[in-house]
Amino acid sequence: MLKDILVIALGAVLINNFVLVRFLGICPFLGVSKSTKTALGMGMAVTFVMTVASFITYLVQQYLLVPFHIEYLQTIAFILVISALVQLVELVLQKTSPALYSALGIYLPLITTNCAVLGVAILATQEGYNLLYSTLFGFFAAIGFTLAIVLFSGVREFIDESKVPAPFRGFPIALITAGLIALAFMGFSGFSIS
Amino acid sequence: MNKTVIKDFTNGLINENPTFVQLLGMCPTLAVTTSAINAIGMGLSVTVVLTASNVFISLLRKVIPSKIRIASFVVIIATFVTLVQMLLKAYIPVLDNALGLFIPLIVVNCIILGRAEAFASKNSVGRSAVDGLGMGLGFTCALTILGCVREILGSGSIFGFAIPFLSENPAVVMILPPGGFFVLGITIATVTAVRNRRKAGKDNA
Repeated sequence: MLKDILVIALGAVLINNFVLVRFLGICPFLGVSKSTKTALGMGMAVTFVMTVASFITYLVQQYLLVPFHIEYLQTIAFILVISALVQLVELVLQKTSPALYSALGIYLPLITTNCAVLGVAILATQEGYNLLYSTLFGFFAAIGFTLAIVLFSGVREFIDESKVPAPFRGFPIALITAGLIALAFMGFSGFSIS
Repeated sequence: MNKTVIKDFTNGLINENPTFVQLLGMCPTLAVTTSAINAIGMGLSVTVVLTASNVFISLLRKVIPSKIRIASFVVIIATFVTLVQMLLKAYIPVLDNALGLFIPLIVVNCIILGRAEAFASKNSVGRSAVDGLGMGLGFTCALTILGCVREILGSGSIFGFAIPFLSENPAVVMILPPGGFFVLGITIATVTAVRNRRKAGKDNA
């Protein structure tokens, strides 16, 4: 069991990193990575939502969709759960922890359209994980996202101060940088744990 | 009338190309462009969903209360995505396998929700359909260009046909994740350079 968890953790964080290898959650990765501080805030918000979302979507899948044989409604059901969840999280945080809310506030609505959240829910059902593994998979996938976005924002802060040819300024140079980081992450793909 | 149709159409195809100019929908752009065929398949699936959801949202634009519009849009889009997913599974299973996870993820493609919010919820059915078609085909063209470049460099073939010389020693990194970032970055830089030059030319004239 411990070994399974280790496999899920290393797989989701390093070997199949959600952003750099699976290409999930690219929009916030490129959009909210201008400074390390906001990147960390986004990472925290995503970690929270992704962990809870994988927990709840597992329950929806097992106790709602499968018993009624309506698995084909998976996409609709999951996206509704996720957007409702994000709204709920926003409301609860606003009431209970204003400090955290103002820190994460602007990122929360953006998470609904973060494809990593829907992606992790669908992948977990495809892999046939149980409740514990699904939740852990969601958590570690989000840690992988946070790792990638924080590393990337650090590099971008340096790029802002260097001379870049005019057509490459902004988005293109960010993509090239992300490519180089992805190249580094390719090194992990040689690992095989079994 | 005809002029607005053409303008709506070319707006998405060229002037406001969702991939190269608006920089939307980056996840599928990077993930499925490992070959030209996959890129076209993804582009056309998005075009179908985008056009259908644009028409439907435009029809319902006076019925949907503005407070719950985003949720309603998402449900409408998810319905069409499910339809496309089931059709692909039934008739083109090869493509369904190749695109895999990224078919259900069309739901969270920001191009579709973006057009629903910015265009279809404010304009007539006809214009919304044309806008959806233009944006969708603009996305398809962009994906196909990236798919061709990555397939030629990374596998030494085009649409599955091997190119002599190139196919013997392809730069495999181009069809791996880093190659996606490199090709997209350089393509956007090229498009920006061309646009800047055209703009400078207009200013001088």
